[in-house]
Amino acid sequence: MDKIQQLGRHTLDRFSAVGRATYLLIGALFGGRPNLVKGFPLFVKQLYVVGVLSLVIILVSGLFIGMVLALQGYTVLIDYGAEDSLGPMVSLALLRELGPVVTALLFAGRAGSALTAEIGLMKATEQLSSLEMMAVDPLRRVVAPRFWAGVVSMPLLALLFSSVGILGGHIVGVEWLGVDHGSFWSIMQASVDFKDDIMNGVIKSLVFAFVCTWIALFRGYDAVPTSEGISTATTQTVVQSSLAVLGLDFVLTALMFGN
Amino acid sequence: MTFQSQNNAVQNENGLTPHVELKNVTFSRGDRIIYDDISMSFPKGKVTAIMGPSGIGKTTLLRLIGGQLYPDSGEILVAGNNIPSLNRAQLYKVREKMSMLFQSGALFTEMSVFDNVAFPIREHTKLPEDIIRTMALLKLESVGLRGARDLMPNELSGGMARRAALARAIALDPELIMYDEPFVGQDPISMGVLVRLIRDLNHSLNLTSIVVSHDVHEVMSIADYMYIIADKRVIGHGTKEQLLQSESPLVQQFLKGQADGPVPFHFAADSLQQDLMQG
Repeated sequence: MDKIQQLGRHTLDRFSAVGRATYLLIGALFGGRPNLVKGFPLFVKQLYVVGVLSLVIILVSGLFIGMVLALQGYTVLIDYGAEDSLGPMVSLALLRELGPVVTALLFAGRAGSALTAEIGLMKATEQLSSLEMMAVDPLRRVVAPRFWAGVVSMPLLALLFSSVGILGGHIVGVEWLGVDHGSFWSIMQASVDFKDDIMNGVIKSLVFAFVCTWIALFRGYDAVPTSEGISTATTQTVVQSSLAVLGLDFVLTALMFGN
Repeated sequence: MTFQSQNNAVQNENGLTPHVELKNVTFSRGDRIIYDDISMSFPKGKVTAIMGPSGIGKTTLLRLIGGQLYPDSGEILVAGNNIPSLNRAQLYKVREKMSMLFQSGALFTEMSVFDNVAFPIREHTKLPEDIIRTMALLKLESVGLRGARDLMPNELSGGMARRAALARAIALDPELIMYDEPFVGQDPISMGVLVRLIRDLNHSLNLTSIVVSHDVHEVMSIADYMYIIADKRVIGHGTKEQLLQSESPLVQQFLKGQADGPVPFHFAADSLQQDLMQG
């Protein structure tokens, strides 16, 4: 009987969390009149914190993943004399899958955890309450700029990740392993489709950005305002974002490239 | 002399216009009742204190008045507006006229002291920057921190942080200010400074002040009227003289700081002997 009770309580807790998260999102996006004059500088600042400061980890990871892809791909392709296909292999793998997914995972670890910790700490130190008491809506003032910054920056980061990855593939494949420079680029150009490959990658990335940023903001806003609560919330952000990204990636891939 | 005459004024409390009123408010968290049918009145332009042992939800009371929490039943009137029945926009409108000094100060850590004080002015007015600067500097001057304007909150001592927060709280000249445990964790000097500031602000701006505290001595020195809360209800209220003469053992226990009395020292438990034998 206890087990059933626990299950019921657990389920109810989950559903109420989903409800609170939705409330947060709606409040941040639609609550009150948007004020562009005041909101835009806040958005730009968050764009810097969330996007620009994530650049290093994204670019370095992208470079190395592209290089490893080229190295691994080359050893397989050379057996069939198909090393000219290295270009499309690296670029398609990056644009369709690795760019959006790895960027989202890195984003959750780098920017998502920081967002959760920041907002959780603002809650613990009563900064959110004091905003409310000053008649300033924390959802609009604190949550909304961070949300938009996340949604805008992640697709851009993913595109940069893929671009740098392709360069990494070029360095290893062409400069080091001796694949023909011309065929590397021309076959790549011929086989990558703007709409099917690049845009689908961007759409994936947008979906991941939405989910990751939402989870990070909600976990921070909903954190128990103690040091332990904030550490749990930060961990939850990384774990839940990562799982959500991997799960959604499968669904999106099946929808986009399924047949 | 002024103090005496104010006390007299409060004694016929019915003659004063209440700024904030609680009528039959009941509030509970989960199954635990925090307030059971309490009523209070905070007259306009006076310092009213709420005292009581720690952990009985004095801060909760301020959050109820500020509309951050909703009571289960009862009315909370602030300047005639029933807080629980307001919609979000109306509530924010009422909040523009009230202010709260949080226990931790709650300064925004990413802004300098000056920007913290200027924040509410920038949010709620469209004044040009040079007027905002003058206003913020004047508020900082009144708490003695004009020289600290460029410091960041983490560079301030506890007492300074609370004073800076006070400057921010009065930045827009509110009509009502609520102090949440303003004296906790302060050294005697900054405590004295805060007591004087609260008193002076009340005089010069004609603020309605609500002070939540359990520092009996400090509160008695500034409050015109006092409520003592314990065990989910108001156990005593009146001016300093009235409370000191009160015959209620609860009130006496609290004012004199006796360890045991109607409010037990021990948290509810089985008898010690029983507990030890069980091991």
